[in-house]
Amino acid sequence: MNAASDQLLVLVLLINILILGTHRTTVAIRAMAAQGVILGLLPILLYSIQSHTLIITIFVLLAKGLFIPWLLLGALKKIDFGEDLQPLFGYSGNILAGAVATMLAFFFAAQLPLAPQHRDLLIVPAALATILTGFIALTSRRKAINQVVGYLMLENGIFIFGLLLTESMPLMVEAGALLDLIAGIFVMGIIIKQIGREFSSIDTSRMTALREVE
Amino acid sequence: MLDILIHLVLMVLMPPLLFGVINRTKASFAGRTGPPLLQPYFDLFRLFRKGSIFSRTTTWVFRAGPIVTLAATLTAALLIPCGNHSPLLSFNGDMILFVYLLALGRFFTTVAALDTGSSFEGMGAAREVTYSCLAEPVIFIALLVLSRLSGSLSLVGILTHSSTALWMTSGAALVMLVVGLFFVILSENCRIPFDDPNTHLELTMIHEVMVLDHSGPAFGMILYASALKLYILGAFFLHLLLPLRVAGSLQDWLVFVMSMILLAVAIGVVESSMARYRLVRVPQMLLSASVLAAFALMLVVR
Repeated sequence: MNAASDQLLVLVLLINILILGTHRTTVAIRAMAAQGVILGLLPILLYSIQSHTLIITIFVLLAKGLFIPWLLLGALKKIDFGEDLQPLFGYSGNILAGAVATMLAFFFAAQLPLAPQHRDLLIVPAALATILTGFIALTSRRKAINQVVGYLMLENGIFIFGLLLTESMPLMVEAGALLDLIAGIFVMGIIIKQIGREFSSIDTSRMTALREVE
Repeated sequence: MLDILIHLVLMVLMPPLLFGVINRTKASFAGRTGPPLLQPYFDLFRLFRKGSIFSRTTTWVFRAGPIVTLAATLTAALLIPCGNHSPLLSFNGDMILFVYLLALGRFFTTVAALDTGSSFEGMGAAREVTYSCLAEPVIFIALLVLSRLSGSLSLVGILTHSSTALWMTSGAALVMLVVGLFFVILSENCRIPFDDPNTHLELTMIHEVMVLDHSGPAFGMILYASALKLYILGAFFLHLLLPLRVAGSLQDWLVFVMSMILLAVAIGVVESSMARYRLVRVPQMLLSASVLAAFALMLVVR
């Protein structure tokens, strides 16, 4: 409801583009962590500081800002990652796709019949844009760990959307969503390790080949 | 009257100093003493006293190149307000003339490079044109954003409109413009993450390779025009970044000169602390700059 949260949401949009454009997975994961921290700060900026929002903030800061990035960086260290592969459509194509998706999100949000107190906020367009760019990252990246980053972006978008409902949504729902996310990351981590062991590479596009490539 | 005089004197005399400051900053980062601050002026004097050699394969285009480039850049410099002072020329829509004057200068530099018939210079010309057509949208979108914010169509109106109050209301858009324009300054002036002004490897040179065949006064003009371009784009950039307005006219000039020198130091720091991008990464960075500017436009229009 104030200018500060709008500036933070702009930062979120910029981090989306950074993740789409970077060719270093560590940069993408750290940017993801920074996005998580920003998202954690949003509830107390949007609503007054009360036990409800404070708990959400602490949970999100711990989960998105520390725990998940720590897990991913640890996984990155364990597997022999090597160079990242060129995503579908290349990095420039990804950046352009992200920019177009963001613009579409803005236009689409302007069409939506929103509640009058939400109309002037950046929350809805930012949420839609983050979901769309997360989807682009999820589909275009070729290594599984980068796809996890895309998945997290997608989830961050959903979280931003949920911010509109923080007042009326019970704490349990938010906690459930976060728990879901962590379980998802665990599963993906295990799958990544499995892919790495079976195919001696985590390039998912190789999984379509029937025989092992010599 | 005095302001116009100071504007002209600064415009003519100050640009090479910026190169001197950048070189000194880079030298102090590398632990060297570095060339004297006024070295670019000495270089220019040396070049202007020398004779010229023109290859027999070149035509009048090659000779016209440096002259047209310098003239176009000087005219563009007349359009840009320095600090808090209005420029000599100003009319509605002069921002488009400003961008195209810079483009005209670039066009003649590249055409002169192609005129030599050297394959290396042709390669440099191709790169220069590719990168600048990615950098141009950033400037245009930035101008669009600024004219939307100020409701004016002339450079004076849109550049002197930015103030600390504007930063409070639409800071996010301005930050994105500032970052995008800084990329453009570095790329248009062939500074390090995009191009290395000191490199002597033909395969990686962009701007320097196009001017290899020029000598004497013609080369001096090219050097001076590139310094002037840095000066103009720097003045443009500083209007956004530091909208400082002090009361008196002389104090304003002092603020302007100091902030230009600080900008040169900042460029020197960037050059010392970064490595050159691979050639394939350069379009990507310029594309990101356009995306930033487009975001700013979206936020402002919304």
